[in-house]
Amino acid sequence: MTDLTDLTVTEIRDGVADGSFSAREVAEGFNAAVAAAKPLNAFIVETPEKALAAADAVDAKRAKSEPLGLMGGVPIGMKDLFCTEGVQSTAASHILEGFVPQYESTVSAKLWAAGAGMLGKLNMDQFAMGSSNETSFFGNVISPWRRNDGGNTDLAPGGSSGGSSTAVSARIAPAATGTDTGGSIRQPAAFTGICGIKPTYGRCSRWGVVAFASSLDQAGPMARTVQDCAIMLEAMAGFDPKDATSLDNPVPHWEGALSGDLKGKRIGIPREYRMEGIDPEIDKSWEAGKAWLRDAGAEIVDISLPHTKYALPAYYIIAPAEASSNLARYDGVRYGLRDLPEGAGLQDMYAATRAAGFGPEVKRRIMIGTYVLSAGFYDAYYTQAQKVRTLIARDFGRAWGECDLILAPTAPSAAFGLGEKSDDPIAMYLNDVFAVPASLAGLPAMSVPAGLNGQGLPLGLQIIGKPLDEQSVLDAGLAIEQRAGFEARPGKWW
Amino acid sequence: MSVDLPTVKKIASLARIAMDDAEAAALLPELNNILGWVEQLGEVDVSGVEPMTAVIPNTLRLRDDVVDADPLTGGGVRDKILANAPEPQHGFFGVPKVIE
Repeated sequence: MTDLTDLTVTEIRDGVADGSFSAREVAEGFNAAVAAAKPLNAFIVETPEKALAAADAVDAKRAKSEPLGLMGGVPIGMKDLFCTEGVQSTAASHILEGFVPQYESTVSAKLWAAGAGMLGKLNMDQFAMGSSNETSFFGNVISPWRRNDGGNTDLAPGGSSGGSSTAVSARIAPAATGTDTGGSIRQPAAFTGICGIKPTYGRCSRWGVVAFASSLDQAGPMARTVQDCAIMLEAMAGFDPKDATSLDNPVPHWEGALSGDLKGKRIGIPREYRMEGIDPEIDKSWEAGKAWLRDAGAEIVDISLPHTKYALPAYYIIAPAEASSNLARYDGVRYGLRDLPEGAGLQDMYAATRAAGFGPEVKRRIMIGTYVLSAGFYDAYYTQAQKVRTLIARDFGRAWGECDLILAPTAPSAAFGLGEKSDDPIAMYLNDVFAVPASLAGLPAMSVPAGLNGQGLPLGLQIIGKPLDEQSVLDAGLAIEQRAGFEARPGKWW
Repeated sequence: MSVDLPTVKKIASLARIAMDDAEAAALLPELNNILGWVEQLGEVDVSGVEPMTAVIPNTLRLRDDVVDADPLTGGGVRDKILANAPEPQHGFFGVPKVIE
């Protein structure tokens, strides 16, 4: 019998449904894989008992011939940004260490209702702020990938959903939730050779997701295949009255409509994404992507997104501004850490608690956000950035007159070594240069593996779609997947 | 625009993050690098452009005007709300004395 941990979401769901194996066997297999993968540090909390309980419930339903749900029998990893009832949820921060939510986030509740089970809470960049998973209070996540130079340099799994990308690519979870504020699903997916889709802003409820930048935060699935992402996104999405920005639209059956036939589709290639000094291997994979989509019947057209170069600086005003406001709630009064120095008053307690509870990158962003929102600077920074954001969204709106989808690299490089960029915040921010524009415009965007570079590391291609057109994004992802033939997987060293 | 050390300390105080001089001095060049980099937004012509308020057109909904319209976000859950409090006292959040 094949190793159950090698199976995709689709194969597990179908195999459980047709009785090839039980959900319990699957859960036991992944629980063992999780327990054996401690050196990767992908999980903050492991919940093997939750995975088994969910599996037993699915097996019991099958025995009674009841429907098993969209994700029936599939154990998954849950990013630690999602609040899970009775299970510590920290956003990988010290300030929320020991916080045990008394409620379940909408997205995770939907996944459990769809028959999925929880393997544990996945490590991540602290408060989702980072692109390498080096800002977690609970230590770095190590990518399962190694360069093919015979060395053993620890590589970044990307961020902020680095626990998710590591778990899925190392086959210790068939799928995981991610969240994407400025590339946090797509960049880690690209770094680890897996798929990940950020849906249209508002598709997935933000209720119960620890807030970073509320106008940008979106949850999405990370898995090894496009079909797996389609299945899991359907289970996660849907209107939620508890989120004021949730979209009241029906959830399409994306999996059922999946098609790699792109006849009649026009794929835009934004000339501004061809940046000076682009890694030739990234450029090569982009060219391959164009050829694959053309082969699938699409027409390739050149387009212009003139304000692209301003997306990243605008993001690094808007996201910290929202973060400084959202993170004001961590005050040592209602939940989380409290640091009360001897004889301190209330104001001193706030300041001491926040100094002790936030990591350096979180403090940096709160400081930037506080500054750009402060009296006298608000218009020059924040209002200006929000106007630039309008122009960026308008660029995309105009582009949709000439194309149906946009193809671009996901990240400007393959995975880098841990520590290589952590001394220079701006160099780190540049990782998301191709990901951030779609975030600012609220558009659905997906990363799919395109191949390996000369060092044997995965490269991803990004597809950006029109608002609410996840179907076309997934279809183009499938067309690339069918042609890229990406079979590579990290060798097990842990 | 660049910031100086007193400004960094003022921002830290507004953000309620305790910071000594050494920490503030270490943060100073980092903040100035980032602020110098975002400065390029000033060169964009934004005349007649409205700041973004919503990426996807949406309307603000009103919930039903009844108590506990949604029990998950309604009332009557004091113990749950206090369950993670660092210092719950008599059904309240305890804080250091603020009035002598």
